[in-house]
Amino acid sequence: MFCKQMWQHGVAGEHARALLALNRVGLDCATIRNSMAPTRRALLQRLPALAAQLLWTQAAGAQTVAVESALASKAIPSTGEPIPLVGLGTWITFNVGDDRVAQDAGAEVMRAFFAGGGRMVDSSPMYGSSQATIGHGLARVKPVALFSAEKVWTSSGRSDGRGPAQIEQSRKLWGVSRFDLLQIHNLLDWEVHLPTLLEMKATGRLRYVGITTSEGRRHREIEAMLRSQPIDFLQLTYNPLDREAEQRLLPLAAERRIAVIANRPFREGALLQALARHRLPAWAASELGCDGWAQLVLKFIVSHPAMTCAIPATSSVAHVRQNLGAARGPMPDAALRQKIAAHIAAL
Amino acid sequence: MSEWWTYRPSDFVMFSARSYYRLFELYNAALWPAHAIAIALGVTLVATLAWASARHPMPAWPQRVGCVLLAAAWLWVGVGYHAQRFASINSAASGYAVAFALQGMLLLALALGSEGSDSRRRATHLGPDACTRWTGLGLLAYAVFLHPLVGSLFGRPIGQAEVAGLAPDPTAVATLGLLLLLPRAHASLRRGLPRVAWAVALAWCALSSLTLATLSAPEAWALPLLCMAAVMAAWWRARQSQGQPD
Repeated sequence: MFCKQMWQHGVAGEHARALLALNRVGLDCATIRNSMAPTRRALLQRLPALAAQLLWTQAAGAQTVAVESALASKAIPSTGEPIPLVGLGTWITFNVGDDRVAQDAGAEVMRAFFAGGGRMVDSSPMYGSSQATIGHGLARVKPVALFSAEKVWTSSGRSDGRGPAQIEQSRKLWGVSRFDLLQIHNLLDWEVHLPTLLEMKATGRLRYVGITTSEGRRHREIEAMLRSQPIDFLQLTYNPLDREAEQRLLPLAAERRIAVIANRPFREGALLQALARHRLPAWAASELGCDGWAQLVLKFIVSHPAMTCAIPATSSVAHVRQNLGAARGPMPDAALRQKIAAHIAAL
Repeated sequence: MSEWWTYRPSDFVMFSARSYYRLFELYNAALWPAHAIAIALGVTLVATLAWASARHPMPAWPQRVGCVLLAAAWLWVGVGYHAQRFASINSAASGYAVAFALQGMLLLALALGSEGSDSRRRATHLGPDACTRWTGLGLLAYAVFLHPLVGSLFGRPIGQAEVAGLAPDPTAVATLGLLLLLPRAHASLRRGLPRVAWAVALAWCALSSLTLATLSAPEAWALPLLCMAAVMAAWWRARQSQGQPD
């Protein structure tokens, strides 16, 4: 909580990176807090040195911990807050019901995600038991730098005040004091929910307001909302094969200074399954440092100038590490992005 | 649901194949040894119906017992599986629970109304009624003996087996088999009840096979084939009985 508050109070730059480094090597918030001077100013002053000391000690062989380079981030336009290019989606993969073994596996995915520098975890009340799995994972991992992205989802025309109750239920399932981002799922009853979310933001119970769609639906309505409503985030489907958003929504989001989250980057895995039958082009490794198709697809997505981050879902620790790897190393320029899209479309 | 034409079956399947089969594994572990009882009852039912359907006229009590057993199965699967288990990963499962409970009550109503086969259309081993009989018994036997082993054929652990009476798919297949063995009712109301029971069982099989296909489950083709056999046998029976005096 202490560390999360620091994030929420705008601790950034070197201090934030130092906190992340401390967290990556296994120190939880309480340890960091107890090792610090009593005042916030003193604490902030000491953080970089403490992190460096710890990393040096471990690099010297006291304990072998792989500390990878920091993930590339982009700023959320409305505040300038940096957010890593790769987040964690939870559709299907975290919907495991009461299966404690699978819940624990989800927690390990989250542990690897946060240890690798990830921040944004995205879910929805529509995702079955995913919220409970996230709550289980958060209670275990106690991440420093969580960016919680949730949704409000009620049947169209039947909200009748159910939104706030649903948000509160979601908050309890996550076990967080408040959400960083709340999005109106698929624009359902947005006229009802948007005033609620804006009021929550105005009173400090929420940091960002967003809307979502997927698979190209309701883009005209989205466009109208982007032009008229004070929205911080837009979530939509974008990948090398689903590029409709490039025509109007992504340029408009950039113009309106709205952050964009890409969902279904792998078409629920179908894209990667199809690509797995083909050899990764040599230039993907040599020019972009990609270790597989997943990284190439993700680099294509997050390198769009208007795109803030992508949220691939996975139930595999190896895959979450691989996904995070897409936020490291060189990124494709416009010409290379075209080459990636053309190559994948031709397969 | 706006732009409904853009939705695909995969948009409605909100769980992975792994979660789906783990659900059966945990469900089976919680219910064991109820499987032994369910399989024993299933074997007894198949044997009794095989014996009864060969007699002229076919006695009514095995059909009544079959309806009662399958009514109990649908009611249990509705509550014990759909409402208590499947609902944890599928928000539509509470609706399935209601449908299964209604089907259970419908089968109970059929049990009360079931009569022996009319001797003019009784089963014989040579005529078309034999086709209906063997298809019905075959579906029942598949549900009881083979369906629990299907997962193992594709490399899944036996702990994830789907047993008739406890799991929805084999229960629906067994019901199609039983419905084929029931005599054709003459009164319009009593003719309507089996039709609804047919519709519910077929609808579940269609829904389940679509789900399995979306999950890329290799056995997704089995239910459509079994349903096709059941419908063709029912159609054949109806065709054979046309023009016969009541």
